[in-house]
Amino acid sequence: MSAIKANSYVDITDVLCPITFVKAKVAIEELEDGQILEIKMNGGEPLNNVPRSLKDEGHKVVQVEDHGNGTYTVFVKKGDL
Amino acid sequence: MGMVNYAELKKGGFMKQIQKNRFSLRVRIVGGQIEADKLKKIYELSQKYGHGYVHLTSRQSIEIPFVKLEDVENIKQELEEAGLQPGACGPRVRTVTACQGSTVCPSGLIDVTSLAKEFDQKYHARELPHKFKLGLTACRNNCLKAEENDLGVKGGMKPTWDESKCSYCGLCEALCPTQAILVKKKEKELVFKEEGCIYCGKCVKSCPVDAWIGQSGFILYFGGMFGNTIELGKQIIPIIFEKEALDRIVEKTLDFYQEHGKQGERFGHTLDRVGSDLLVNSLKEALK
Repeated sequence: MSAIKANSYVDITDVLCPITFVKAKVAIEELEDGQILEIKMNGGEPLNNVPRSLKDEGHKVVQVEDHGNGTYTVFVKKGDL
Repeated sequence: MGMVNYAELKKGGFMKQIQKNRFSLRVRIVGGQIEADKLKKIYELSQKYGHGYVHLTSRQSIEIPFVKLEDVENIKQELEEAGLQPGACGPRVRTVTACQGSTVCPSGLIDVTSLAKEFDQKYHARELPHKFKLGLTACRNNCLKAEENDLGVKGGMKPTWDESKCSYCGLCEALCPTQAILVKKKEKELVFKEEGCIYCGKCVKSCPVDAWIGQSGFILYFGGMFGNTIELGKQIIPIIFEKEALDRIVEKTLDFYQEHGKQGERFGHTLDRVGSDLLVNSLKEALK
């Protein structure tokens, strides 16, 4: 579906806040600056908070895909902060 | 001992208990915050004059129960020396409540801590026909429940889109609770239906490239109450963006209640009786 090629993938649909962000943060720290992490998450609270927290940490959301079933895939580029 | 003036004691923050000559002392707390040294003083006073415990009220205040009548003046003196005052009870402006707001909370859209202090300074214990509750909450998550108050303020944010910055990632569309944003990723187009916007600020807060610029504002609710009668405050005027306009509205609302409210009638009942259009017109006049 997407033209974006991710370097790594993490599914956080099986955990609750604050573990959602922790799991995403751990996954993105494994990457090099500029690489892409693909995160599958639920809508609502995780979608509200995880991308915003990643932004605060200096990373950048590059694309969001809505699967139409309450789950989303968010592609995040690792920042160099 | 002579006649006890319970109304005067209540005015000064001392509430009569079922136990003879025992009073619960309400402490004046603003926006749910108290410095640790003052909290320590309350701890000491509750041991010295009370039963060694405090009661946390439903509206962010602290009460020290079981103060003896003969200790009233002493505990007032000690409070004052510690930089504390008794709170307000009876028919007047009560504790101004607030969430942590934009200076602490990632969701906050307005600085309710400063606003609460300001409102408390201006209006604390102002005499009115009945109790009057002012509550401030910094965003739509509504942790401080604006609509429960006689006058509630809720933070809002009006977004404006900057085309030159947008990366068309689609995050704002996914987050918008009212589907007011449509992002066409392939075509690199974005449609914003402003009439559907509820000023929640989620697009602004989340945008990875700051393509949404937000203007903070105040959403106001009038006539809420949550006691014997339960009514949610109503948003009878549109969101406002200027602090000065907010000040004028709060001032005018209190004046209006003073003028039109019957003794012992909550503000919401006054509005039901005289019609909220009368208030809307007064507010419009005040904003000219």
